[in-house]
Amino acid sequence: MSINMHPNRLLQPSAIVRHAVLLTTGALILVPVVWMVSLSIKPPGEIFRASFSFWPAQFYGVENYTKALTEAPLPRYMGNGLIVCALILGLQILVCAPCAYALAKIRFPGRDLLFAMVLIGLLLPHQVLSLPLFVLGYQLGILNGYAALIFPYVVSPFGIFLFRQFFKTIPDDVVHAARLDGLSEIAIVWKIMVPMALPAVIAFSIFSVVGHWNDLFWPLIVVRDQSLMPPPLGIIAFKTEEAGNDYGPLMAASTLVVLPLVIAFLAAQKWFIQGMTGGAVK
Amino acid sequence: MASVSIDSIHKNYGATSVLRGVSLSIADGEFLTLLGPSGCGKSTLLRILAGLEMQDAGSLSIGERAVDNLRPKCRDVAMVFQSYALYPHMTVASNMGLPLRMRRLSTFQRLPLLGRLLPGTARIAAEIDAEVTRTAKSLGIGHLLARKPGQLSGGQRQRVAVGRAMVRHPAVFLMDEPLSNLDAKLRVQMRAEIKELHQRLGVTFVYVTHDQAEAMTLSDRVAVMLDGELLQVAPPQEIYADPDDRRVAEFIGSPKINMLDGVVRERGLIDVAGSTLAIGADALAGAHLTLGIRPEAFHLAERGGQGVLTGSVRMIEHMGSDLFVHFDLAGGDHPLIARLLAERAPDIAPGQTLHVGVRPDRVLLFDRNGRRLRQEVESGRASVTPIREVAR
Amino acid sequence: MSEPLALTGAPNEPSATGSVRTLPPSLAAAPARRRAFTEALAAWALAGPAVFFLLALFFLPVIGVFVIAITDWQFGGLTLSFVGLANFREIFADDGFRASLVNTIVYVLIVVPGTLVFGLLIALLIESGKSCRSFYRAIHFLPFMATLTAMAVAWEALLHPTIGLVNQTLAAMGLPTANWLRDENTALPVLAVIGIWQNLGYAMVLFLAGLKSIPQDLYDAADTDGADLWLDRLRTVTLPLLGPVSMFVVIVVALRAFESFDTVKVLTQGGPGHASEMLLYTLYRESFEYLRSGYGAAVAVVFLAIVVTLTLAQVRLMDRRVHYQ
Repeated sequence: MSINMHPNRLLQPSAIVRHAVLLTTGALILVPVVWMVSLSIKPPGEIFRASFSFWPAQFYGVENYTKALTEAPLPRYMGNGLIVCALILGLQILVCAPCAYALAKIRFPGRDLLFAMVLIGLLLPHQVLSLPLFVLGYQLGILNGYAALIFPYVVSPFGIFLFRQFFKTIPDDVVHAARLDGLSEIAIVWKIMVPMALPAVIAFSIFSVVGHWNDLFWPLIVVRDQSLMPPPLGIIAFKTEEAGNDYGPLMAASTLVVLPLVIAFLAAQKWFIQGMTGGAVK
Repeated sequence: MASVSIDSIHKNYGATSVLRGVSLSIADGEFLTLLGPSGCGKSTLLRILAGLEMQDAGSLSIGERAVDNLRPKCRDVAMVFQSYALYPHMTVASNMGLPLRMRRLSTFQRLPLLGRLLPGTARIAAEIDAEVTRTAKSLGIGHLLARKPGQLSGGQRQRVAVGRAMVRHPAVFLMDEPLSNLDAKLRVQMRAEIKELHQRLGVTFVYVTHDQAEAMTLSDRVAVMLDGELLQVAPPQEIYADPDDRRVAEFIGSPKINMLDGVVRERGLIDVAGSTLAIGADALAGAHLTLGIRPEAFHLAERGGQGVLTGSVRMIEHMGSDLFVHFDLAGGDHPLIARLLAERAPDIAPGQTLHVGVRPDRVLLFDRNGRRLRQEVESGRASVTPIREVAR
Repeated sequence: MSEPLALTGAPNEPSATGSVRTLPPSLAAAPARRRAFTEALAAWALAGPAVFFLLALFFLPVIGVFVIAITDWQFGGLTLSFVGLANFREIFADDGFRASLVNTIVYVLIVVPGTLVFGLLIALLIESGKSCRSFYRAIHFLPFMATLTAMAVAWEALLHPTIGLVNQTLAAMGLPTANWLRDENTALPVLAVIGIWQNLGYAMVLFLAGLKSIPQDLYDAADTDGADLWLDRLRTVTLPLLGPVSMFVVIVVALRAFESFDTVKVLTQGGPGHASEMLLYTLYRESFEYLRSGYGAAVAVVFLAIVVTLTLAQVRLMDRRVHYQ
């Protein structure tokens, strides 16, 4: 008889299994993060004495975090990251939105060619282009500066593509009405299309900021000065300097670098998931 | 084949009560339609009957067998879904054969490749194929068996969905708005086919719709639902002509029934909108009643007087053989609609004064709670017994 | 904001809609053509900056890579001459590059199935109940957006041969320990585990979206059809309908795995020997540390070929997906 029972009546044990398994996998996933935070509040003596305890016998967090913030120019790194991400994002939207509008709403000769260019750009991984881009930066004399960190990302094929897809869902009549109201094409982009496409703009912003905040490859190539390093590169520089004998401050620095994105992520989970999956998830 | 009995079913979603004690008996072989506006609980009731959801209270039995604790597949019911719910990755033949495969083949025999090698699998699979082909042919989709649902038209998908329900020879067919995704022309055609199917199979059908035309044309009995309650269960003609409840009268019929406030002057006479109608109602003089008058219960009259309402024409809709005349009564706050034969009323124009007579026996009386008051015109002795209690 | 301001005053706005209508029909053809012209001009003006940067930052460099790959140009050099496929012959003759290529493929072959299976299982588990969904989703997705460089540093501490939690735990359970990142047998698998750790949340989120898009009606139909046990439902409805999503996940995760760099750079520098060297790290080191431009460019071309093949495969598969529903 029990096999013919309604499944709803059998819910309890399966729900327990579900929570048990997910809590276990979740805990395993979080082990590196927890271990990082744990080491960041331990004194050197405790770090090198093998122990399982998360909480230190002697709380050393203040010292470690102070060291991370003062000995390594961590505030500087994070400021650099902020400046670079903000400038990249601003330029990307400025360049991509008008182009996406032209692709989505205007018929003009060469449109298909332009769209093909965007798709090909979408196909090219930036790392492949790093050598010529490095040469280009060298020729322009902008290496080892903010400009070097920013210039390869001024245009984002993905941004153009995403905005175009979103603009296409806005009815043509909105554009016609705006034209009749006397708005110029560029005013239509900024006053009508971009505000209406706000979800796409937010998703793209998250995609862009997370990507560039976390990027190591390109900064590693073009930046030498500590004062210009974005956070990931700064972590590497700090690690090399400390040569692995001072884990506490290094873990504190790592924690501080990861923290802004994690907080933002927890605050706006839905937006982050949408942005990070490139709009594949609605 | 089986009768269905539904006893005081309650269902809540959180704080909202979707079904409030619904009881209903469906005879073996009957075509019963659950009719009501969206959100009235009719689909929930059907899903509870199928076992897809559990009732919070009450009991169900199908063919004298209590099914409350049975899983859907053990209830001997088949369901046709509004979206058809065909498996997009399977061919029509696999879609239709699935219920048979799930029942007749063991878990091991259903294994992708290995199952073929087990004894008996091939024979049973061949039987299933034969049955599927026979059913498909009877539905006129025999040539589509190798296709996938994505390659079919709406009407063809509908037939496959019906076919998938049919192959199992279930005791009860459950249909959840099966025609609402079809265009108007196809809907009429499929409506006829479903009726034919019911006559051919002779099993119990429970059909959910919000479309009164479907309910009226298909059903042996219609169960009108509103806000999680059954208002009336009766044959279509009775639902239309003899509603128990003001809400039933208003839901059924197009154009909508006219509702007028009236006051009983004395036994057998009711004052309505400046006129007096001779209608027997067992109510005290001075009692307020609502009169429901179907548009076709009006007829043109020469002049005003007793039994005649007078108003001015607001608008006329020509429907071919009929006219829908919208008119305002003096002092009335909303327009009435009269359905008049076009040939009898050739020269009505907006703005004109209109006299319409009312056949007293076609007037439906409702008390202030919306319950029907039966009138007995001929004897002058009215019965006010609400039919609902009689029906129990 | 200089870009939009410059354009606002431009005389090419197609605001001529009203005036076209007032012209006599005999003249209509000419204004129509003129209007099409101004519209095209406006469009190219809007797209202009993007076109310029696409050419300068994508198309010029990609040509540059190919040019460097087939010439003997060296960084800082003023001359170059055509050397044909010499650079490619060099990299394929080099044990280091061959190891790097094989390592990358092995890495992808571990990361993709691992990510797929764990991502799918976790997604199925999360979706199988109603409570705590966004909590579990957040936990499992977290590594995907945490700065990988910083997390690699944390992993290094975790895998430390003496004070790392991993070896401590193994020792406490009486199991053999290892110097995970310095042992040529474990370095690459450990990097792959970190790859799975980072990407499975991504796969999970895609699968969750796929699961959500399966109509409830299909499960109801499966219930009434008799496919109502967990495994039957999975086989009849869930897995077949996740097919297209799974293909998407495979390709996207494979692309991400091919592009792994941060963990190699932080944790192993490709070592010990070439045991954990991967394509992008080879590309970086040869191009920018050893300044062997031709070698680096040839690696870049091979890498590009793999990525383009995978992406085109994805496009083809996504096209086929249309037939499904």
